[in-house]
Amino acid sequence: MLENYFPVLMFILVGLGFGLVPVILGRLVAPNRPGSEKLSPYECGFEAFEDARMKFDVRYYLIAILFILFDLEIAFLFPWATVFQEFIAAGQVAWFVFGSVMVFIAVLVIGYVVEWKNGALDWE
Amino acid sequence: MNFVVPDFYPAAAEILVAVMALVIMLASTFARRVASDLAYGLTQLTLVFAALVSVLVSPNLLAAVAAVISELPLFGVRLAEVLMSLAEGYAANEVVATFSGMFIGDMLGGLLKVFSLLAVAIALLYGRGYLADRKIDRPEYYLLSLLMSLGMMVMISANHMLSLYMGLEMMSLSLYGMVAFDRESPRATEAAMKYFVLGALASGLLLYGMSMIYGATGSLELSGIAQSIYHQAANKTVLVFGLVFIVAGVAFKLGVVPFHMWVPDVYQGAPTAVTLMISSAPKLAAFAMAMRLLVYGLFELADQWQTMLMFLSVLSIVLGNLAAIAQSNIKRMLAYSGISHMGFVLLGLLAGVVDGDRNFALNAYSSAMFYAVSYVIMSLASFGMVILLSRAGFEAETIDDFKGLNKRNSWFAALMMIVMFSMAGIPFFIGFFAKLSVLQAVVAAGYVWLAVVAVLMSVIGAFYYLRVVKVMYFEEPVDSTPIRAQGEVRFLLSANGLAIAVLGLLPQGLMSLCAYALLASL
Repeated sequence: MLENYFPVLMFILVGLGFGLVPVILGRLVAPNRPGSEKLSPYECGFEAFEDARMKFDVRYYLIAILFILFDLEIAFLFPWATVFQEFIAAGQVAWFVFGSVMVFIAVLVIGYVVEWKNGALDWE
Repeated sequence: MNFVVPDFYPAAAEILVAVMALVIMLASTFARRVASDLAYGLTQLTLVFAALVSVLVSPNLLAAVAAVISELPLFGVRLAEVLMSLAEGYAANEVVATFSGMFIGDMLGGLLKVFSLLAVAIALLYGRGYLADRKIDRPEYYLLSLLMSLGMMVMISANHMLSLYMGLEMMSLSLYGMVAFDRESPRATEAAMKYFVLGALASGLLLYGMSMIYGATGSLELSGIAQSIYHQAANKTVLVFGLVFIVAGVAFKLGVVPFHMWVPDVYQGAPTAVTLMISSAPKLAAFAMAMRLLVYGLFELADQWQTMLMFLSVLSIVLGNLAAIAQSNIKRMLAYSGISHMGFVLLGLLAGVVDGDRNFALNAYSSAMFYAVSYVIMSLASFGMVILLSRAGFEAETIDDFKGLNKRNSWFAALMMIVMFSMAGIPFFIGFFAKLSVLQAVVAAGYVWLAVVAVLMSVIGAFYYLRVVKVMYFEEPVDSTPIRAQGEVRFLLSANGLAIAVLGLLPQGLMSLCAYALLASL
């Protein structure tokens, strides 16, 4: 019973190692010359400490929404890819299953083209 | 692996609309200079074709339409034959479920789709000039209205909680965008924000109710839910708990008291063209949602939900009619009148089952459907008139803007009078027969006190409708600018107003169509 969980234990160990080893290696091997800029907290694109009610560019939203869209596309494609092999093995409906996912991607591509053409991807 | 390729035929109209939405999106991106005209034209074409396709894929509806057409003079019989031959070779059942039971094709769905697609088309036509005057007739508006129609169609044909919810969200999200379409207007933005927040809350309630029903019955498919409850396999307490949330969600979408607070604010704040859109076709979709959820899914719980609907409908009729009297803004007044009309639709829905006797069901539900359809026709005409009186830089929003309309343009004053009489339920206009059939159903079910309350409140409600008529005919015009509108708007608005009068004289056709649709689908 317990040995069934061995892969889980391995997974936890490998995961921990994956996270910790680079950090420890970095401490040991990398040159260490701290400066005030390097030690200050960092947040992409913003000042880290200021009034939260400031105006910021609507493009941040746009990029975030685009990211979610295509992230979700991948989230749908992975489970599809895992069952697709079984459909190929079964034979009869493989083309339909392939076609339906192609339609899904085509819809997203059309949206992508429209966005690109309308300049949603240009920063300036 | 027991995967079956779904039958796409019953969903042909939905597929057409979805594909055309993508085509319009691409076309308006690459043809910038004519984008607005192109998007408008293609949207109208799509809506009309989708309505035609909805008829073709529903065999019962096709037969009913062909029977009407063959009565027409000249080429009537030939035309009916051509129509029938178009759908030949496809032996469809009365009711088909496809996409693993997610989607249902029946005559009720077909008829409601045809009506709502045509309502969207008419609303777009009325609103075009209004939007152009305010420089907001961008292609995205037409795209959003097409996506809204797609959401409604999915919702109308849903046989599964998930497809119903997906359709509902698709419709609502498009509507939020359309309300906020005039970005310069702070009022429209405020209305959109209110609509969005309350709409999200209602969706949450609905989803919570759905999850409870799923927990109790183990099924998301409406027929599966009905079976599970029929075999008493579900926990009754959880079911009723879930039912309360579902009724609340449906009530919000219909806009009935006490879930009505968004209606007046959104109607007033939104550009009138969008108000016209919200007040017409989505009401049919909300009616379809109520039918699918309550009648198709939870019919066994009719005793419980009928009591809830009774509470909602009495409150709506009382509050809608009383609050409308106090309004000086005509959009708000029509919003409250819409609340009371939706109360009447619920009256029809609650008269279906009496002491476990289901013989009243068909009659009651068809009266509710007839009411919903006739409300949409009246609503289109009334907001169409408000749009007609507006022009660039001027919103005909108050009742005073209708002062002396008879002196300015007696034809449109007469049309507005027809609409107001019909909404008040004065014989012989369509609104009268709508109220009559609902009240007949209520009395037949034995709720005489409900009918008395409804009639009393209608009489009180007649006051504010007649006030508009009085203002039009017996007061001097403040503003003597001639009324200008494109030919097609004048023509269609006249046809719309006359339809209210003609259908009032001959309501039998539409009534029996509604009854037949339910008979073939239930």
